[in-house]
Amino acid sequence: MFTLFEIIILSILGLAFALSVVRLLRGPSVPDRILALDVLSMVALGILGLYASATGDPAPLDVAIGIAIIAFLATAGLAHYYLTSNQTPGGTGDPDTN
Amino acid sequence: MAWFTQFLLLLGSISMLLAAIGLLRFPDFFTRAHAGTKAASLGAGLILLAAVLPLSGQDIAVRVWLTIFFVFLTVPVAGHLLGRAAYLKGLPQWPGKNHDEWNPPAEKENESSS
Repeated sequence: MFTLFEIIILSILGLAFALSVVRLLRGPSVPDRILALDVLSMVALGILGLYASATGDPAPLDVAIGIAIIAFLATAGLAHYYLTSNQTPGGTGDPDTN
Repeated sequence: MAWFTQFLLLLGSISMLLAAIGLLRFPDFFTRAHAGTKAASLGAGLILLAAVLPLSGQDIAVRVWLTIFFVFLTVPVAGHLLGRAAYLKGLPQWPGKNHDEWNPPAEKENESSS
């Protein structure tokens, strides 16, 4: 099962996941949240790759293909939705309060 | 070979962590997009490379190589679409920026035309 090294790698990836979730919840504007979702799916790709590498089971790599495709389509679709919406850009424009 | 896989895993996870820290710490959306697209796709590519190296010769290896190719092909496109939408909607930009290549300041245009 998991060695100490793989647990360390998993904790680094989990920390990256948690920091991206913080940006997803805080993000003052809509594109910040879309970008945080994109980074979350990239970290999910990394966790699946680590699981496949640690256990030698290649099944999660098929899931990784699906997540990569869905992440691209979601980001492109949400960006188009944001561009054509009537919403004014969020955020205060002040970097200290973001 | 095992040490090389571990090296790739470590490099990829540190790159992911740097992407997340940049996503949290940078001042405006455009600098966050810089951290969130490049570093995160590099980390995903390195970790998938670590996963595919022991699988050489199997059917799944081709699909994983295609996944790596797909990630490096689509993440910049998605980042460009998102940044273009944010720019056109007039999202607030970091006040410390010193140039804007899409919409350059007027005095620089006057200098180049005179």
